[in-house]
Amino acid sequence: MLGPDDWVAIWLTLELATITTVLLLLLGTPLAWWLAHSQSRWRPIVGAITTLPLVLPPTVIGFYLLLLLGAKGPIGQLTQWLGLGILPFTFAGLVVASVIYSLPFVVQPLQGAFISLGQRPLEVAATLGAGPLDRFIHVVLPLCRPGFFTAAVMGFAHTVGEFGVVLMMGGSISGQTRVVSVQIYDHVDKVQYAQAHWLAGGMVVFSFVVLLLLYRFNPHARSTP
Amino acid sequence: MSLDIRLALQRPGFSLNAELVLPGRGVTALFGPSGSGKTSLLRAVAGLERASGQVTINGQCWQDDERQLWRPVDQRPLGYVFQEASLFAHLSVRANLEFGYRRLAPSARQLHPEAVISWLDLAPLLDRPTAVLSGGERQRVAIGRALLASPQLLLMDEPLAALDKNRRGEILPYLERLHTSLEMPVLYVSHDSEEVVRLADQLVLLEQGQVVASGQTQQLLADPILAAHFGDDAGVLWLGQIQCHDDHYHLTRLQVAGGSLWVSRRPESSGDRLRLQIRARDVSVALNRAEDSSISNLLPATLVSMSDSLDAGHLQLLLDAGGEPLLARISRRSAALLGLKPGLALWAQIKAVALLA
Repeated sequence: MLGPDDWVAIWLTLELATITTVLLLLLGTPLAWWLAHSQSRWRPIVGAITTLPLVLPPTVIGFYLLLLLGAKGPIGQLTQWLGLGILPFTFAGLVVASVIYSLPFVVQPLQGAFISLGQRPLEVAATLGAGPLDRFIHVVLPLCRPGFFTAAVMGFAHTVGEFGVVLMMGGSISGQTRVVSVQIYDHVDKVQYAQAHWLAGGMVVFSFVVLLLLYRFNPHARSTP
Repeated sequence: MSLDIRLALQRPGFSLNAELVLPGRGVTALFGPSGSGKTSLLRAVAGLERASGQVTINGQCWQDDERQLWRPVDQRPLGYVFQEASLFAHLSVRANLEFGYRRLAPSARQLHPEAVISWLDLAPLLDRPTAVLSGGERQRVAIGRALLASPQLLLMDEPLAALDKNRRGEILPYLERLHTSLEMPVLYVSHDSEEVVRLADQLVLLEQGQVVASGQTQQLLADPILAAHFGDDAGVLWLGQIQCHDDHYHLTRLQVAGGSLWVSRRPESSGDRLRLQIRARDVSVALNRAEDSSISNLLPATLVSMSDSLDAGHLQLLLDAGGEPLLARISRRSAALLGLKPGLALWAQIKAVALLA
């Protein structure tokens, strides 16, 4: 059965995934919008950078984040100067890492939804007197709901499933950075296969249910971003 | 009251340059072949396209680059009907109709849903999802939606182009009805001369981003120099008055400036006025009054001028029939055989008359 440590890890994972998903929707929406509509010559570069976490090994992301955010890294020095301390091996650090790691899984479905929406519905809304925010809330959000749904589910699920970045950035501090995937690793390391089974099996069921929801409510969802 | 439009737009391989002062009411058609810039001009007037210049609609300035004034689209009191109806798929027909209406201050609402719904016969559609509407129905909803924004200028971008011939015939009467009952000026983009003839009071002829001619539809259509732009629809617009009906032959006799014409029996009663179009290709000329011809509509006319037609084998004749211009298209060979020259008295033989209600 699941021990108290396991429950701590599960709650931590859900907390991390929820915060990450909310942040990603807030950051990813304008970024995806810009990628979908900009004519800028920077667009391909920004697009490629956004997609990098999809192809890089998590250890590479974790390694460079560690260097950047660490005590001697430029961002680490900034956070120290701001009085925030340094982020690696903290929950906040995990959030930052997860946002970067799951970014393409949120941006790409949104970008696809915005491109297929096209400019026309927005032009129509503008000619009918709807301002920019009004257009976003009453035209973009409802018409791109499947895209937002896919983005949120994929961002959440992908964050729940991260391991390499967490290990590099967060280590294994109970209640701080020890998420389910790390907890499973620790159980296996200590040859606690029964507990590893409970968590690992739980992850399989969770992932299956998530994907089932995605396909059930969003039949046209793309399975890969 | 006028529409003051001075706009210039540069695109790779295309430049638009329009300086127009149009009457502040009635329907003005922006007419020209595809690629002539009529849609770009319409979009620039709406603010959907950023052109440089100035737009003042009945005294209200929407754009003036000299004063760095630019009103975004959503702050311009306009209605815009796109080529495709572009209804909001997530909204019902009624919510689509009221999208702009709800965003207006109650005091700014000049038209109300009940009136627009009955004008456009939308009542049976209100509870249907937009996805099941036919093309013509969708466009009617789109027109109603634009009207309910109580626009001070209605912009229509080939609203019938995406429809087949039958659907077009379904919508045209609605547009004609709106034309007669609405106060607001309309800019109507079209490349279909039949639509222009039926709907437009004024006409702006565009070619390669430049204004070729602009004026009363009636005058432009009767200009033999411009006839090439209208193809087979070149011809004059006349006003006729019903004189009498002949029930035996099922005909109606119309009084026009140059005499009278027989047309198929009309439902209107005598004294009523009708607009009619006489296409150049339906008019031929004879030196003498032909007594033995099947063409019964003959009018005495004077030849004013002869000009080249679109195809080299034909000439465009401008005639004067009782003070009204009349266009005829005849072959260059016939013109030579008859020895036509300006000033000559002729008989115009009119094969067909199109009545526009």
